[in-house]
Amino acid sequence: MNADAAWRVHPQVSVRPEPFGALLYHFGTRKLSFLKDRALLDVVEALESSPTAIDACDTAGIPLGQRGVYLHALETLAASHMIEERAV
Amino acid sequence: MTLLSSSPPAGLGPGPTVTHAPPQPARLVDHFERGLDAPICLTWELTYACNLSCVHCLSSSGRRDPRELTTDECKAVIDELERMQVFYVNIGGGEPTVRSDFWELLDYATAHHVGVKFSTNGVKITADAAARLAANDYVDVQISLDGATAEVNDHIRGPGSHQTAMRAMRNLSDAGMKNFKLSVVCTRTNIAQLDEFKAIADEYGAQLRLTRLRPSGRGADVWDELHPTQLQQRELYDWLVAHGDEVLTGDSFFHLSAYGAPLAGLNLCGAGRVVCLIDPIGDVYACPFAIHEEFLAGSVRDQGGFAEVWRHSELFTTLRAPQSGGACSSCHFFDTCKGGCMAAKFFTGLPLDGPDPECVQGYGEQALTARKDLNGGIPTPSGDHSHRTSPPIPRTGNAPVRLTLTRRDDIVAPPVSACAESPLAGFAPKATPVFTAQMEDALGRQEGGSSDPV
Repeated sequence: MNADAAWRVHPQVSVRPEPFGALLYHFGTRKLSFLKDRALLDVVEALESSPTAIDACDTAGIPLGQRGVYLHALETLAASHMIEERAV
Repeated sequence: MTLLSSSPPAGLGPGPTVTHAPPQPARLVDHFERGLDAPICLTWELTYACNLSCVHCLSSSGRRDPRELTTDECKAVIDELERMQVFYVNIGGGEPTVRSDFWELLDYATAHHVGVKFSTNGVKITADAAARLAANDYVDVQISLDGATAEVNDHIRGPGSHQTAMRAMRNLSDAGMKNFKLSVVCTRTNIAQLDEFKAIADEYGAQLRLTRLRPSGRGADVWDELHPTQLQQRELYDWLVAHGDEVLTGDSFFHLSAYGAPLAGLNLCGAGRVVCLIDPIGDVYACPFAIHEEFLAGSVRDQGGFAEVWRHSELFTTLRAPQSGGACSSCHFFDTCKGGCMAAKFFTGLPLDGPDPECVQGYGEQALTARKDLNGGIPTPSGDHSHRTSPPIPRTGNAPVRLTLTRRDDIVAPPVSACAESPLAGFAPKATPVFTAQMEDALGRQEGGSSDPV
């Protein structure tokens, strides 16, 4: 995953916030993902308006020391096509 | 950062991914036990009408209920599910495709971002219907088959039903539909066919889905003879462990986790927490296998609709409160098995905080034996919609009632009712042959529209 690229939630994915984080459902792959963390939801929601994934982490207020963890989570989401790179 | 693969209850699709970042709060399953703002998925039985009379039907389907939700009421429910962000519904029945507005509702749901997975015996899955389904990304189809061979299947689902299902799968496959589901209820007669089912699914590009036989609906009538033996349960468990991700289970075998390693899945009863059932007349039950007033939470026709029932009904609130493991809590496997299936316990007359009737540690059998000493009957499902003309179980001990049709000589005319229009109503002539002939003549003309008085 290129953390310096621009990303977005896949157009076929629906995001539903929940007290514990969020549910993501991909209508194309029919897969469900659970975000177990509200901060991760903030990062995901910031993707669309951020020039890079790293910027999305900053926008969501992720401390520098934890950025790697969140980027890794994004990588997982990218692998299951929940998020995808977008043209800038 | 860890990545877990698991599958939530009641028929969710491919195993979902859990992405979580530290610091970790309570386990995800703990959140689910306390309930979500909206179900992850819900089952919606659109009609009790069905062309088949499967002996184990969980909703005792056959005849349509005249109070069925109208097309407009169904659309209002879909609107509400869209607002609640319910990603998709599992539509079933009865046979949902026999509703004349089925395709209209399907299109309406998918146009409103509510995905649809529907279960069918395949009766309406023609080549045209298959092409239509293959073209819609938001639709998934589940074909029911309970025997890899016609012999095994038709004994449970009725004559010709194997052929119908195979034809439907052929049509879907020919139309290019990928990864539709072949759904099998595991019974004593088909556990030996698991590899054959897998081969059929592979042949049509489908995914195999195995679920548990519950003693719900007519399933209660056949449960004793059809539920897998202890030996077969072990065989099933080993097969599931060996096939892992290739097969879906709707998390319905979590009670088997007590054999050792937990099966993939959340291992939790989702009733009223992450799943529920809407029945054809709009009643909301905790789960598809618990159609009984004990598990009735409310109706979509009530004030506040489905959202109100889901969020505030007394029953669902109770189900989301911490549950006592009762007799099971001291068991070594309680954490994965959670005491098994609520509906299976209820409809076999076992206490809800005790072991599942199919407890692999054998506690269920002990409980069933002890149950026989108890007073009070086993609960029966709330409604029986079975076809009256084709009882699912051949009745024994009843000989045909022989009738002889004769005329009663003492009655010359039908009794007179308040709305009898015949000018001859109440006229009782003396029963001479001549008079009778005249009267019949007059009646004949009366029916033909003439008002010729005698």
